[in-house]
Amino acid sequence: MYQYNDNDQTLINERVTQFRGQTERYLKGEIGEDEFRALRLMNGIYIQTHAPMLRIAGPYGLLSSPQLRKLASIARDYDKGYAHITTRQNIQFNWPKLEQIPDILEELASVQMHAIQTSGNCLRNTTADHLAGVCTDELEDPRPYCEIIRQWTILHPEFAYLPRKFKIAVSSSKQDRAATQLHDIGVHLVKNDAGEIGFRILVGGGLGRTPIIGTEIRPFLEKKHILSYLEAILRVYNLNGRRDNKYRARIKILVREEGIDKIRDLVEAEWLRIKDGMEVPAETFENMIAQFAAPTYDESAANDTSFAEKLADDVAFSKWVKHNTAEHRVAGYKAVFVSLKAPDCPPGDITDSQLDAVADLADEYSFGEVRSTHRQNLVLADIQEAKLYELWQKLDALKLATPNIGTVTDIICCPGLDFCSLANAGSIDVTREINNTLDDMDYIHDLGDIKVNFSGCMNGCAHQSVGHIGILGVDKKGVEWYQLTLGGSSENEAAIGQRLGRAIAKNEVPKAITDILEVYVAQRDSEEETFLATVNRVGISPFKEKVYANH
Amino acid sequence: MQIIKDKQLVESNWTYVADGDALNEGDITVSLARWNEEKSALQAHQGKVGVRLESDADVNVLAEDVDSLTLVELNFPAFTDGRGFSHARLLRDELNYQGEIRAIGSYMPDQAFYLSRVGVNAFAMKNADELAVALSTLDDFSVKYQASTL
Ligand code: SF4
Repeated sequence: MYQYNDNDQTLINERVTQFRGQTERYLKGEIGEDEFRALRLMNGIYIQTHAPMLRIAGPYGLLSSPQLRKLASIARDYDKGYAHITTRQNIQFNWPKLEQIPDILEELASVQMHAIQTSGNCLRNTTADHLAGVCTDELEDPRPYCEIIRQWTILHPEFAYLPRKFKIAVSSSKQDRAATQLHDIGVHLVKNDAGEIGFRILVGGGLGRTPIIGTEIRPFLEKKHILSYLEAILRVYNLNGRRDNKYRARIKILVREEGIDKIRDLVEAEWLRIKDGMEVPAETFENMIAQFAAPTYDESAANDTSFAEKLADDVAFSKWVKHNTAEHRVAGYKAVFVSLKAPDCPPGDITDSQLDAVADLADEYSFGEVRSTHRQNLVLADIQEAKLYELWQKLDALKLATPNIGTVTDIICCPGLDFCSLANAGSIDVTREINNTLDDMDYIHDLGDIKVNFSGCMNGCAHQSVGHIGILGVDKKGVEWYQLTLGGSSENEAAIGQRLGRAIAKNEVPKAITDILEVYVAQRDSEEETFLATVNRVGISPFKEKVYANH
Repeated sequence: MQIIKDKQLVESNWTYVADGDALNEGDITVSLARWNEEKSALQAHQGKVGVRLESDADVNVLAEDVDSLTLVELNFPAFTDGRGFSHARLLRDELNYQGEIRAIGSYMPDQAFYLSRVGVNAFAMKNADELAVALSTLDDFSVKYQASTL
């Protein structure tokens, strides 16, 4: 993975010093509330219901074992013993004290981590496929390009006070696991007719109150032009994006109001003006690709026979393998998902001792690296099949082996009323109820890929509008209600879910979910037909009838 | 009035001339609208003339004028309005403007460093007490990633 050079390290050290000074001035009353708010947001600090929340950048989700141990020690020393993985591959602490945050940032800097631009109306963390470099369906490892983009975003002086936040995601695989169609800019590695690899650029996707799927602005861009093209889009957005209404300020609204053709004309004109001065030298790409060189895989890994035996012998193990591992491009290896969705645990939370333990497992089995995923789990990407059984046992002992990745209990969930001052409704408690109800139903894990996304308000931090099943907390006269949607997706066939009907009461939610699953089982034309395919084929009516049958 | 110019505290003697007011003697600043309307009269003015740009201005209208201007002021209506950052960039990179770019209005001293990196070389602060902070922030970072910026 990318290792900081002296410049990188100096930059984050100087950032800590800068923010320490700003915090001191604020605490002495020398910076106003609004001003400090903007400054702290750009250092990852929100003020929520109980305390400040600190969001730490997980660049394209890649973390080293020393970084995990540092997160564990911060969780212990400055927080309540746990951390939270977000839908943009970042890491959050919910209980730090403002006065201590400069110290936390200094600790993070010692392991090449920071919280720069994880919040605020600026260029945010660049995200990518959590299976980058190991999956079987990619053109090229996208992470070197992510790192080049990340560096361009960090402390970009021109784009720190944008109309609204700005998110970029990169994907290089056939199956889009980075939700690139739902980002302000989506970058896809593609091959053109001449066989050259370059970028297809999408613009104007986004979730939140007005979910919109991104539109292609350029079908093919030579690699060397990536930064000039991004810069041109950002300049057009910075100058033209709406600043009169925060709900209309994202680039998706600009694209929708002006039309993609006009935006493309503006961007291309600006790009033609600046592109020659901003080419990324071939050497930069080569050096960056070398930073992400594949680890030294064991060539004899494919000769193992013990894995097949264990699979045949142990039903629980084979169930875990089926759900919580993914194919690896190297024979004899698999990528392993570490589930942060144990039934009794808030989705995406991980304790300090689990963090330490996962760091140890990464060192022992996976070249010392871990990835965080968009669906709030972790990945150990390079596991020999012969080691899977013992790894499973260890993960199981840590309560990190719930065999539910991609299933209905692998719920993405925002903090909701428990932590978020914007929330309309609780999400963690309802998720627990859903899990308890589903836990009694043996068959649910065999229902295949069902993505449930649950947000506590319209801001949609858990991307409910693109959940196969979306749950949205709404407030009706001070009471928590829930709006369901069906048929959303953030992958290749990206779609915004359709409203199932009127909002339902809190205690009705678990039953509604089981009703929906029962209709799916009754309606699917074969066991092969996925939930999403069934919803798309039969429409929402049968689901609606069942869920609202008793009302 | 004290301002920061090229990392030094200096005295500025420019006079702000509101639209409709008579032109003072000496060095003056006028709005972009007035500059466009009274360009020939202003170019004949005895002192130097600077133009004030609002955040919704189109800097390209100054394309023909950059050689006759020695000061462009970028007014920040609120510190959250980042359009001035792009205006500074365009003035320097697209119009090749060489004169002074001065940030004025409601911005934070903590923004002076980024402003300096997009081509702003002078800072007038509403609250003169903040000049010292702005000056010190100009040295916040010794490294950068964006090769095409200052
Ligand atoms: S979706 Fe709403 S409730 Fe949930 S974290 Fe985001 S802002 Fe808070």
